Amino acid sequence: MIEVQHLTKRYGRVTAVDDVSFRVEPGEILGFLGPNGAGKTTTMRILTGYMPASEGRATVAGYDVFTHPIEAKARTGYLPETPPLYPDMTVREYLDFVARIKRVPSGERRSRVDTVMKRARIDDMASRACGKLSKGYKQRVGLAQALIHNPEVLILDEPTAGLDPKQIIETRDLIRSLAGNHTIVLSTHILPEVSQTCQRVVIINKGRVVAVDTPDNLIARLAGSETLYVHVDAGDADAGTALATVPGVTRVAPADMRPGSGMFEVQSEHGRDVRRELAREIVTRGWGLLELRPMRISLEEVFLQVTTEEAPNEPAAVGEPAPLEGGARVEEEAPRA
Amino acid sequence: MRNIRAIADKELRSYFSSPIAYIIIGFFLLPFGVFFYLYLTAFVRQSMQQAQFGGAMNINQQVIRYVLQNASVIILFIMPMITMRTYSEEKRSGTIELLLTSPVTDVEIILGKFFGAFGLYVALLSATLPHMGILFYFGNPEWRPLLAAYLGLLLMGGAFVSLGLLISSTTNNQIVAGIVSFVVFLLLWIVGWFADSAGPTIGPITSWLSITEHFDDFSKGIIDTKHVLYYLSLITFGLFLTAKSVDTERWRG
Repeated sequence: MIEVQHLTKRYGRVTAVDDVSFRVEPGEILGFLGPNGAGKTTTMRILTGYMPASEGRATVAGYDVFTHPIEAKARTGYLPETPPLYPDMTVREYLDFVARIKRVPSGERRSRVDTVMKRARIDDMASRACGKLSKGYKQRVGLAQALIHNPEVLILDEPTAGLDPKQIIETRDLIRSLAGNHTIVLSTHILPEVSQTCQRVVIINKGRVVAVDTPDNLIARLAGSETLYVHVDAGDADAGTALATVPGVTRVAPADMRPGSGMFEVQSEHGRDVRRELAREIVTRGWGLLELRPMRISLEEVFLQVTTEEAPNEPAAVGEPAPLEGGARVEEEAPRA
Repeated sequence: MRNIRAIADKELRSYFSSPIAYIIIGFFLLPFGVFFYLYLTAFVRQSMQQAQFGGAMNINQQVIRYVLQNASVIILFIMPMITMRTYSEEKRSGTIELLLTSPVTDVEIILGKFFGAFGLYVALLSATLPHMGILFYFGNPEWRPLLAAYLGLLLMGGAFVSLGLLISSTTNNQIVAGIVSFVVFLLLWIVGWFADSAGPTIGPITSWLSITEHFDDFSKGIIDTKHVLYYLSLITFGLFLTAKSVDTERWRG
């Protein structure tokens, strides 16, 4: 549905986007993750036809955004970083205007405006001037505006920025409910958002793609070894030393610095599940097993790893797998041009 | 065509949903009314004297012509207020991103904005029709020269809008756009003043450049294709450069 090939954007001497390639399948939600200034907005602006790329090409819904901009734009809904609202217009007037320039047939305009206002939960603000809305409402009007012509592709630049926690959850639910009918690219620098809403993640840093994968795979691939969290009631006994003797365990570290807390992080050899052995060991010693669960490396850690250790690991050319720390490999999934 | 109308409607509505349109029209009507009153009373006084001594009086030449000539100068001062926000405000607030990512061409956006601002100008001109109505009620002016004068005003206004649009498209600060437009319009007016003092080669050029000088014949009721062409080419030139400016901006990011 969206194909980006070797996209490069230079502003004078600054390269904002450097040879970015990725692909989004129909109905998929792709998360665009990166620190501020990584090139997320620039990439999205190229995809929406707001600005041309210096090199490379991008295809949206089967149309090249540079050679067939009108066709591509007619199939794209876009929520920029700041919702593009006209402060003097009421919400209804504004959405009606957007519907007009997005080629919604005049007969359907009213019902489309009503539909998106309901979906974005802004129908109670229909006759309020856009400029007088709260930040959360502005953001939702922006989202409604992107949906007005029922586009195949939705490009959302930080859709939850500036919302309160309840609104964030509602917006995420809305975005998730749109998947399937719409292909969605959303950018964010909030990591949990990605694991909660996106099926696939593109991590971008300093204009370059550093990883493309599902959130789960990224986490799994980067976690070189399995880590378990164990909480035992061992009385005065030295549980840590005992756990370290269990076969397969490579390292035991106290999870809590207070002596005798009985909380440990136990690392095992890669691919080996030592939970049974650990439990048996604890039970045979007559201790109480209070908690035993796998610890997962969070997306935050993945993100920090891939965005900070980029100096020794120059991102590989498209098509070649880029080596990542911990022996994990993340494959570039873009097709070869 | 549909897109141009949509954008023109939006522009026009935004003038009237904020105080801008009313301030501009009020600001125009006040001096216009003063000029109208002064020329009309002078005309009435003179015609009473003429009644005693005889002699021809022409309301078209002695009232309408001068009133509308003065109006063209007021318009020159007011036009930057109409055009300064057209592009700069959208650039500043980021709404330009909505327009440029919608399935509309640059030309449609530019023409939409042109006709939006031009629409406000037409509204402003039509606010002067009651004054003309007074003349028709109490006197019998000729309507054909009047029509020619209004055609001239429309063409001249179009040229101002087109240039103002161009200037507004180059900056995201509407105050800058307003001041630059004002200075440019002012120069295009006063350049005509040098026509008399400049030599025989420079003189015609400066008077030809003057945007208000070309209105002179219209105000007398003459439609000269030379002047029509001047205004039309100025409008086209301004719109063309606006398109270039928008495109350049896009490439520069």
